[in-house]
Amino acid sequence: MSLVFEKRKNISKSALVVVPALSFIVSLILTGIVLAVFGANPFTTYAAMFHGAFGSLYGFGETLVKAIPLSLTGLGVALAFRLKFWNIGAEGQLTLGGVAAAGMALFWGKNIPPALLLPAAIAAGSLAGALLAGLPAILKTRLKVDETLVTLMLNYVAILFSEYLYYGPWRDPKGYGFPGSALFPEAAWLPRVFGRAHFGMYFAAALAILLFIILKRTRWGFELTIIGNSPKAARYQGIGVERNIVLAILLSGAISGMAGAFEVTAISHRLQQGLSLGYGFTAIIIAWMSQLNPLAVPFVAILMAGILVGGDQVQLMMGLPAAMGSVMQGLILFPLLAGSLFTEFRIRRVRKEPKFACVEGEK
Amino acid sequence: MEQASERPLVELRSVTKSFPGVVANDCVDLVLYRGEVLALLGENGAGKSTLMNILCGLYRQDSGEIYVRGHKAQIHSPKDSRRLGIGMVHQNFKLVDSMTVLENIILGIEEQKFVPDMKKVKAEVLDLSHKYNLKVNPEASIWQLSVGEQQRVEILKLLYRKADILILDEPTAVLTPQESHELAKVVHSLRAEGKSAIFITHKMEEVMKFSDRVMVLRKGAVVAQTVTEATSPAALAKMMVGREILFDLDKKPFAPGEPVLVLRGVSALDDRGLPALKDVDLTVRAGEVIGVAGVAGNGQRELAEAITGLRKVKSGEIRIDGKDITNKSPLTVIKAGTAHIPQDRSSVGAVGDMSVASNLAMKQYRRKPLSFGIFLLPRRIAQMARRLIETFKISTPGPETRVKFLSGGNIQKTILAREIGACKKLLVAVYPSRGLDVGATEAVRKQLIAQRDQGLGVLFVSEDIDELVQVADRIAVMFEGRIMAILDSTSCDEETIGLLMAGVKTP
Repeated sequence: MSLVFEKRKNISKSALVVVPALSFIVSLILTGIVLAVFGANPFTTYAAMFHGAFGSLYGFGETLVKAIPLSLTGLGVALAFRLKFWNIGAEGQLTLGGVAAAGMALFWGKNIPPALLLPAAIAAGSLAGALLAGLPAILKTRLKVDETLVTLMLNYVAILFSEYLYYGPWRDPKGYGFPGSALFPEAAWLPRVFGRAHFGMYFAAALAILLFIILKRTRWGFELTIIGNSPKAARYQGIGVERNIVLAILLSGAISGMAGAFEVTAISHRLQQGLSLGYGFTAIIIAWMSQLNPLAVPFVAILMAGILVGGDQVQLMMGLPAAMGSVMQGLILFPLLAGSLFTEFRIRRVRKEPKFACVEGEK
Repeated sequence: MEQASERPLVELRSVTKSFPGVVANDCVDLVLYRGEVLALLGENGAGKSTLMNILCGLYRQDSGEIYVRGHKAQIHSPKDSRRLGIGMVHQNFKLVDSMTVLENIILGIEEQKFVPDMKKVKAEVLDLSHKYNLKVNPEASIWQLSVGEQQRVEILKLLYRKADILILDEPTAVLTPQESHELAKVVHSLRAEGKSAIFITHKMEEVMKFSDRVMVLRKGAVVAQTVTEATSPAALAKMMVGREILFDLDKKPFAPGEPVLVLRGVSALDDRGLPALKDVDLTVRAGEVIGVAGVAGNGQRELAEAITGLRKVKSGEIRIDGKDITNKSPLTVIKAGTAHIPQDRSSVGAVGDMSVASNLAMKQYRRKPLSFGIFLLPRRIAQMARRLIETFKISTPGPETRVKFLSGGNIQKTILAREIGACKKLLVAVYPSRGLDVGATEAVRKQLIAQRDQGLGVLFVSEDIDELVQVADRIAVMFEGRIMAILDSTSCDEETIGLLMAGVKTP
């Protein structure tokens, strides 16, 4: 008897759920070993983490605060990745979105009715994110410039630009020298639902559903799927490949930009350091863990946010190193990537057979 | 041949192999003697490849025995089969693109020293390539080679490993006629040197050209075995399909209508920027099939692409149904009523990772009944898919199966079903029957004629002159981007076409 890897003909629906779940359990075990090495009891640590992230209204609120930008950037990244456009610039798109929203909130209050200030700030943030993503999209479709490098580099452009602003021209003159802009007028504050958890969560949930419908149920989504699988086949079917890639990436950037706008208008109410805590990079993990399915993104985002918040709690309570949350995030990714083998393949037990058999070919 | 007295080199006895739901090989007996070429003939799915995969260690038979050089052989892996002197050239070559010919040849040889003596390898390879007519530059990287040259590297690889039982899996499917001609020479010199070969094919002419003996498989079982000299293509076709093949197709009388496609003075460049079409004039009328004959690479592909909007033209004018579509987008051409069966079916014609239903919907999803406004209607798509699967006899587990798991013939049927369904005025078919078995080829040809009979214009590119004469009403012969002549298919002879294909103009 031996084991054979067989390519699955139809990706099984249950494997799509079971495999990530098992991967997550494996990563809990791996992290448990690391925790044990640091002298912490893994079970009490996990219990404390869970309690910290989900056990109280305050904790859950904090988890949602992080889950909102993670979910939005995760959606943006997933959309781009479905087109095999490796947008790793969500961090920059989020940051520039925050900058644009701050600019609108700080300087346009006099020009537009107060009721429109918040929508204008969010729109400005989305637009800025779209433009920052659109640049590499146009470079890629017109000049075949590699988008991975351009989106990565633009992260630093956006982050440094925002630093320049709050250390320089936008610094609050009454801020006792602290870096950061003045507080926004209250008309530009995004209302909170409970704790610091704000209205952005409804947007994130709605966008996840909307994107799912676009991708699975509309002509445009069908076209994007064809482009993502084979640009040549798309062109042959009369689909404008370049135009649609640019449009989809503009949308991808706009979603990340919106996340930035929410961060400044709902959380900090000013442009300051710590606008993003690496959300745009964690978004890449989230997109993969969700297998680029928009509906899965918010749930995975809540999970990841829970690990971040829970990790912070554990740090305080159990005196573990600060990096434990990041270690755990990393340890989640490895089993998951390995696990994707099992969604594409299945293992079959057979009587004497060679180790690898390909079942494609004639039947 | 002195085979009657000689002991067989390879012998399979009652080899049976089944996959869930199918018996791929049913009690197959096979013998191969030293110095002979055995053709293994059968339709797609007849079990040829499975049988050979057993012999080269990729599969293991459920029951039955294999004897090599008189000894019972246990073939558990490709390594075992290599030790027995068996080597296979697969349909998809197993070469590393970025490495040189020599590096590919020694790749995976365990006996090789840690730092191989490349000079010695090169000398040996040159020696082999000389001996067997396998011309190839040993220092070239694989990506620089043509498909025919890559195949030669695969054969050299086997010879370098001292294989004397060579299995060639549909080796001509990817070759131009010239290259197949070269391959025939190679096979003959292999035989002259005492090597044996099993030649998998579904083309009768190749059986006649390449082999000494032929074995016909149908649905996994051997249905006939004969010396090649004692049979004919028609007899083979009948054995293979199990019924008479209509080599003459029924056609309505030729009654062409208005022109649907008019090309005037069209010139275009190929991917490398060299002239591929030179001042082409061509008219396709409603209710006629214009065949385009020519050796592959003489502008046929560029012609089809220029017409369908996939390639910009430098000069000239293209009209479909009176509408100027010169350098318009592919979508404009599609909307003008054009369907296109592209040359490259796996990466252009179909999307392997999407379902059969999605692939079938790719041309009509923009309109009712498959969509409503911006929304797709999945239920209608599934309905349409089931209908087309039935009408075109696409053999698939279901509409949701991903296309890459279908056989080549069924992928082509999927494309055909979609394109024909969407075709209103003009059908451009580029090598639509290439690589298909007799049954599928017949289905394709019948469909082309059915479209003509319904009053569509059909532009039909093929390398197979018999097929062109049979299907087309007029035949345009292309050579180096020009149309050499347009002949009436009822009155032209193959020799004239052959000469024109080679660029020789006879008055």
